Amino acid sequence: MCLAIPARVVSIKGTLARVEVMGNARQADLSLLDDVAIGDYILVHAGFGIQKLDRSEAEETLAIFRSLEEGIGEDAEP
Amino acid sequence: MRMQSLEHVLSRIRKASGEIGRRVRVMEVCGTHTHVIARAGLKPLVRDEVALVSGPGCPVCVTAQRDIEKMLLLARRPGVTVATFGDMVRVPGINSSLERARAEGADVRVVYSARDALELARSDPSGEVVFLAVGFETTAPGVASVALEAAESGTANFSLLVSHKRIVPAMAAVLDGRVALDGFLTPGHVSVIIGSGAYEPLVREYGVPCVATGFEPCDVLEGLAMLLEIVAEHRAESVIQYTRAVTPGGNARARDIMMRVFETADAEWRGLGVIPGSGLRLREEFRKLDAEERFSLPEVPPTEIEGCACGEVLKGLLDPAHCPLFGNRCTPESPVGPCMVSSEGSCAATYRYG
Repeated sequence: MCLAIPARVVSIKGTLARVEVMGNARQADLSLLDDVAIGDYILVHAGFGIQKLDRSEAEETLAIFRSLEEGIGEDAEP
Repeated sequence: MRMQSLEHVLSRIRKASGEIGRRVRVMEVCGTHTHVIARAGLKPLVRDEVALVSGPGCPVCVTAQRDIEKMLLLARRPGVTVATFGDMVRVPGINSSLERARAEGADVRVVYSARDALELARSDPSGEVVFLAVGFETTAPGVASVALEAAESGTANFSLLVSHKRIVPAMAAVLDGRVALDGFLTPGHVSVIIGSGAYEPLVREYGVPCVATGFEPCDVLEGLAMLLEIVAEHRAESVIQYTRAVTPGGNARARDIMMRVFETADAEWRGLGVIPGSGLRLREEFRKLDAEERFSLPEVPPTEIEGCACGEVLKGLLDPAHCPLFGNRCTPESPVGPCMVSSEGSCAATYRYG
């Protein structure tokens, strides 16, 4: 399943980053991306960052996800 | 994210449809799209304008039965740990599944990433760890990156059972089949890697437009609006709806890593058969990571689950609800075929959301 929620890079050690996805901490491998910095937003697929996102667009996307979550609570996906 | 109002996007679809003058047939290639379309109830919204057909974009579903049987053979080998993404565990084999093999004592672990499988191998060098490398161009670069690391670090007890697939040759195979299509919604995250440009040869050859589309319901509707507008203007193009993630050129670095480790090869797909150049296999210098060679797996003849129509569903030729097994012998709790197992599968989505 493809997860389209932007992940914010919290810390980087070598090629591995800690990222935060809507409040959840995850690990993401940055080997497939160029020049990722702390604070950047990335898309993560199966543990790997696959795309860097424009910060303001990512924040806008997250705001929409949050409003959806508050609004209808969506059905829970594992 | 551009959020056009629902009414505005629907009016675009209706206007383009009026210009076309008939109901168009669109394939959503990606399993995540299939799931979103079903969950958000998008089909009824555009029923008069668009017939949406699911395509061969659910990784677990398209894996050939022969490859599933190989996974089961490996899981039963003493001393072998099989590491896999979660969906694969419940996919039925002819006589068993990884889940059942695990209940019978096989060591089957669900991992979140290929990296977790490599870590598993490193944590216990006395056992063999095989990662089931399934998925499209979205997943293959990460697996390739882990393969590079395993080769460089000389992790001798780690290997891959590779059944990666490439999406564009499968789309061509669908068009060569009996289903007539007006356009494709192409997978958002595969397109992140391969770029919207990768569909251009297909678009030119078959005259069928492609829209790289995001995963929110509003993305899917906007993708449809863009597609219908292109059809109405009699153009054939590869365009991007999901502009916040997809570019024409894609992620070149990820593709470089993928193609350093893998080379294109013929691959067998459930339903679609063997499609030339539609798969990936390890290059010669990485062949020592190939689980098939390492464990000398016997030839498994082509095989099918009796009565299962997943193959026809994946080609866009059969609506899941029209399968004789649907909802009675085959349910998500007791699936007969993979399209009822994965939440990305067309049968599971139809069963759950109608």
